[in-house]
Amino acid sequence: MKGKAHKFGDNVDTDQIIPARYLNTHDPEELAKFCMEDADPDFVNRMNPGDIIVGGENFGCGSSREHAPIAIKAAGISAVIAKTFARIFYRNAINIGLPILESRTAAEEIKDGDEIEIDLAAGKIFNLTSGKTYPAQPFPEFMQGIIDAGGLINQIKKKFQ
Amino acid sequence: MPQTITQKILAAHAGKKSVEPGELVQVKVDLVLGNDVTAPPAIKEFHKIGAKAVFDKNKIALVPDHFTPNKDIKSAEQVKMMREFARKFGIVNYFEVGCMGVEHALLPELNLVKAGDLIIGADSHTCTYGALGAFSTGIGSTDMAAAMATGEVWLKVPEQMKFVYKGKLPKWVEGKDLILYTIGQIGVDGALYKTMEFTGEAIKALSMEGRLTMANMAIEAGAKNGIFEPDHKTPKPPGAVFYHSDPDAVYIYVYEFDVSKIEPQVAFPHLPSNTKPVSQAKNVKIDQVVIGSCTNGRIEDMRVAAKVLKGHKAHKDVRLIIIPATQKVYRQAMDEGLFKIFLDANAAVSTPTCGPCLGGHMGILAEGERAVATTNRNFIGRMGHPKSEVYLTNVAVAAASAILGRIGHPEEL
Repeated sequence: MKGKAHKFGDNVDTDQIIPARYLNTHDPEELAKFCMEDADPDFVNRMNPGDIIVGGENFGCGSSREHAPIAIKAAGISAVIAKTFARIFYRNAINIGLPILESRTAAEEIKDGDEIEIDLAAGKIFNLTSGKTYPAQPFPEFMQGIIDAGGLINQIKKKFQ
Repeated sequence: MPQTITQKILAAHAGKKSVEPGELVQVKVDLVLGNDVTAPPAIKEFHKIGAKAVFDKNKIALVPDHFTPNKDIKSAEQVKMMREFARKFGIVNYFEVGCMGVEHALLPELNLVKAGDLIIGADSHTCTYGALGAFSTGIGSTDMAAAMATGEVWLKVPEQMKFVYKGKLPKWVEGKDLILYTIGQIGVDGALYKTMEFTGEAIKALSMEGRLTMANMAIEAGAKNGIFEPDHKTPKPPGAVFYHSDPDAVYIYVYEFDVSKIEPQVAFPHLPSNTKPVSQAKNVKIDQVVIGSCTNGRIEDMRVAAKVLKGHKAHKDVRLIIIPATQKVYRQAMDEGLFKIFLDANAAVSTPTCGPCLGGHMGILAEGERAVATTNRNFIGRMGHPKSEVYLTNVAVAAASAILGRIGHPEEL
């Protein structure tokens, strides 16, 4: 996956990612229209499919709304890189199949607008603008299993077949 | 192996003797919770699993509380989906308007959550039940769907943090101030992925309502769970198990606070950690006050509001909205004559709902407006327009501020 980096600060909360005024639906296409609206009202207009969000500390803090990673994924963002992720957002992203990568240095050094390429299988982030490569924190085996199965529901489905 | 109360509950639900921080465990859940925002996507995912039944129709709670009584057609459709799912699968604990309450106030009231339980809920404030000596944590809709089918969830055993509160609480200082002060000290990610265990003589003196308020906001420090050891104030319905932390249990951090020096706290926009003592927050003019929510909508909160408001009127420039968190709290407040005090103060008293706390309905802010709220979050746009502001306080300060028209201390009245 390859795209332009969109940088955000620390503690981007789920109310900024998808404000509660839009939570009267869970339709991904509908939620996508308002992705990141309270952090940057123009975000959906200036992003392109495949682009990457780069956050700081505690990305996705606040509510448990899965609508947040769903909105990001449905808007066409290919991955989120951050220094750290809030706990529930982290679980939710893995469960719905939104690629997330934890890398303190990458999140610090990547600049807004940099061209980024990600090799998920290798857990590597390439900054094509600066020429730097960053390793992402690998997932525990258990979580990698959920990712490889294509999300939690696909993994559990097998038990009920 | 010495264990904390959190570790003991996790071990008991994982079928193990002990668990260590960092360990991944598959645990059985005693209750799975969802609301009208999070349950509909969970139901959609549940159907994809192909399960013919839920794991236990007594161990799922569906509480439509966020946008109810429904504010628009879309939110009505969401609740309709929940209602039909509850009927089809025979979910016992579905709570319709008229029988409902804000989920985290309602479930403890009905003893659906109790000491020793392991509860997961598709709502971040599910951590509230730690006040009862239970392990409870927020998860998303997909985890909720999986748990409704299997009765299980995977959890990473969190590292343990202890917060010791010493001394006697000054007048007008509530559980809300202790948790706001703590978040102010450690930051909104100060307990990220960890347990916050609350203890000390000030905690022993704190009411169950005050403990529920504190555990409720553990998530605002990023914690996985907040927890209190059960004592004589803890309800013990059938099936409750009182676990205690071993004296030599291991904590990665221990914080000690002297509560006798703590003033009522105000969290300024736009983070719950942005706290100041109320004495340093006096020139903030306000347009609205909201008293209620899963944080501070219980009967004790209604009584404190009435105590401050009695004989006063809300400032002419302030809209005062009071929301008892459950039908039971509503009825009790009415029976105790509190509504007369509220109405005499020109307050609007609402049926139970999460409503304005998350900017849903029943008190949305316009551009540039400011609210004092007893709720739990003051993020950008939380109660309405992205350029509105929310200041978090305890109930007494919120009520006093409503009268003063600016943030203020009840002693100023």
